[in-house]
Amino acid sequence: MTDAKVIPFDEDSRARRGGGRSRARKKTSPSSGAAGGAAEHGPLTPVPDADAGAPAAGGRGKAGATGKAGAAGDASAAEAEASGGIPAQSGGGRTDGDGDGDGGQARAASSQGREGAGRGLDGADPDEPAVPSLGAVLAGAADRLLGGHWERKVASGLAFLRRRVTGDYEVDEFGYDAELTDQVLMSLLRPLFDNYFRVEVRGIENIPSEGGALVVCNHSGTLPMDGLMAQVAVHDHHPAGRHLRLLAADLVFMLPLVNELARKAGHTLACSEDAQLLLERGEVVGVMPEGFKGLGKPFSERYKLQRFGRGGFVATALKTGVPIVPCSVVGAEEIYPMIGNSRTLARVLGVPYFPLTPTFPWLGPLGLVPLPTKWTIQFGTPIPTDTYPPEAAEDPMLVFNLTDQVRETIQHTLYELLVRRRSVFF
Amino acid sequence: MVGKVVLVTGVARQLAGRFVRRVQREPEVGRVIAVDAVPPEHDLGDAEFVRADIRQPMIGKILAQHSVDTVVHLDVSGTALGAGGRTQAKETNVIGTMQLLGACQKAPTVQRLVVKSTTSVYGSAPRDAAVFSETTPVKSLPSGGFAKDAVEVEGYVRGFARRRPDVAVAVLRFANILGPRADTPLAEYFDLPILPTVLGYDPRLQFVHEDDVEGVLLVATLEARRGTLNSGTFNIAGDGVLLLSQTARRLGKPTVPVFLPAVTWLGQMLRTAGVTDFSREQIRLLTHGRVVDTRQMRETLGFVPAYSTAETFSDFARSRGPGLLPPDRVAGAVDRLAAVLPPAARAAADGDPVDRGAAVRS
Repeated sequence: MTDAKVIPFDEDSRARRGGGRSRARKKTSPSSGAAGGAAEHGPLTPVPDADAGAPAAGGRGKAGATGKAGAAGDASAAEAEASGGIPAQSGGGRTDGDGDGDGGQARAASSQGREGAGRGLDGADPDEPAVPSLGAVLAGAADRLLGGHWERKVASGLAFLRRRVTGDYEVDEFGYDAELTDQVLMSLLRPLFDNYFRVEVRGIENIPSEGGALVVCNHSGTLPMDGLMAQVAVHDHHPAGRHLRLLAADLVFMLPLVNELARKAGHTLACSEDAQLLLERGEVVGVMPEGFKGLGKPFSERYKLQRFGRGGFVATALKTGVPIVPCSVVGAEEIYPMIGNSRTLARVLGVPYFPLTPTFPWLGPLGLVPLPTKWTIQFGTPIPTDTYPPEAAEDPMLVFNLTDQVRETIQHTLYELLVRRRSVFF
Repeated sequence: MVGKVVLVTGVARQLAGRFVRRVQREPEVGRVIAVDAVPPEHDLGDAEFVRADIRQPMIGKILAQHSVDTVVHLDVSGTALGAGGRTQAKETNVIGTMQLLGACQKAPTVQRLVVKSTTSVYGSAPRDAAVFSETTPVKSLPSGGFAKDAVEVEGYVRGFARRRPDVAVAVLRFANILGPRADTPLAEYFDLPILPTVLGYDPRLQFVHEDDVEGVLLVATLEARRGTLNSGTFNIAGDGVLLLSQTARRLGKPTVPVFLPAVTWLGQMLRTAGVTDFSREQIRLLTHGRVVDTRQMRETLGFVPAYSTAETFSDFARSRGPGLLPPDRVAGAVDRLAAVLPPAARAAADGDPVDRGAAVRS
């Protein structure tokens, strides 16, 4: 039984902990008897040749399944582990597709029955309660899955769906769909933010709780992932729940689908008219003055800030009198290390650069997977602009000096964060 | 003192006809001269209808003969009345405006000129700012169609304003006009049973209600109220924005996304079939959308529209009857789905805060 040695994998121990949790909850849940029955039935089901994979993977699958059987079937964990070999295979065979690492809760539910698991893995699935015959069973499953408040979640999901299908929601003049952003787009980005890049957010309190502010950010990473992550950072971490309205390049608004999503997420074209209008309305506007120069710079020049345009962002901040919040993003530079640039392909496709990374385009779509670097987003001390007279925006010297000040602040913060960073990936 | 003499062009159209009927009720207006090349089918009240083509120099004689002091030029339109199609419409718009302005220049009695224009003079491109104000520099001028006519008309009007600085000139750039009686190309588009849209684009649209068009024309035609200025160029649109997807859902019409290169082709086919006139300009509007800033309208012109964009659209939708997927039926389907939920969830769905609290506790 070499399998037993594999058990202390983090994931598996979590599975067992989760199992313990679900056992505790079982006392209150009316339908867990049925669940237990199903789980007991599980190990006995003969599934021939369920797992033909590598031994290590098989071992992990078995271990997970034993944890599950032990939890739901009310057998002790040790017993289940001991009986590992044969039943675990059937468990592994049954639960393929249960690939998300959401610990024991999802696993416990999946052991309850194929139909329940297949339908109920996604908590927001509005179809779930539509099968009344399974109602009670599903209620139990959903209770475990979503921690008891599932009715409310499903109901609010339905209310959301109702508003969407009838068109009964508001967008602002820039096409920002606050509801869609909060409920859907941010939820899609959050796993990337929390689990993949493990973004550490510092100094979020430097963004004022009300009134306009201009967040100026360094730009890197070949694809504008850093802007999206900064948006999630402000959305999820700011105490006043502010929304970062990003200014994006015109290329974004030329691409089908991308332009639609960008507008709905609250982005708009990087031009002084739009920026000024947003700032006058008291929005937090995010701008990356480096633009494509920063985004598509070679890997060898990482963390070297490029020229900050003509300082148009400073002039806009001066005109509207909003503070400038410098923002430094560490970690985005390494997600797609750009070791080359195919100018010919870029010209053919009409894009500013065509990145060649160690994986792209050699591995095809797989090359689009970013490297899981560890990110830090630091918002610096705001630079006030309301102390200058209104005509200051026309003063090129002042605009250049302020631009340099912002640029230097971001560059120094980047160096500080880099010195403090232990490794690119941790 | 005798009241003002107002000359209105293009009165064979619904909108101008309504304005003619409305403006003659104003106490400061003495007479209304209604001009068009075709006799109107609707009633013009006490206005004197003069059948004249504004492309002919005859219009100058009419101005002099009636000693007109206010000219309201509404004969700027995307579609021609009757036969002739696009060429006819372009001639009426551009040559007609030139003739009319030439006549106004020679008529010493003219003191005020109001011209109907459109927000499509801003074009619609991904490189443009999201919100156009009256002074926003336009990145890509409209290359053809009604939008180009409007750009040229505005050019002639600016020239006229330079040559006759004593005349107060107001150019009103209307967003898409909708309402129960609207007969614009966009209204025709919304009348299609299934709405073709451009794949991957969800344009922002702004509407202005017919009643507000009438109201703002009145504000621009009469003497300016205290603290306001009714000469200049103004964007006229209702508050707020609707996305094309929202309008389709509110109308209850399914959409068919079409790949952009295929759109022109489909538009041509629909035009050939005579279903609707899908001009290039309209395709651009339905791809990139257009939103204008209306601060000038509120603050300088002193006009506040009675209908927001959403209210205008719902008024329009009411007049058109339900589509294939009426919103109330779709909502009913979702409600039926909600009905199979346990009671606690249903209470939460109803949004009762007390019951919602109960649902959280359960």
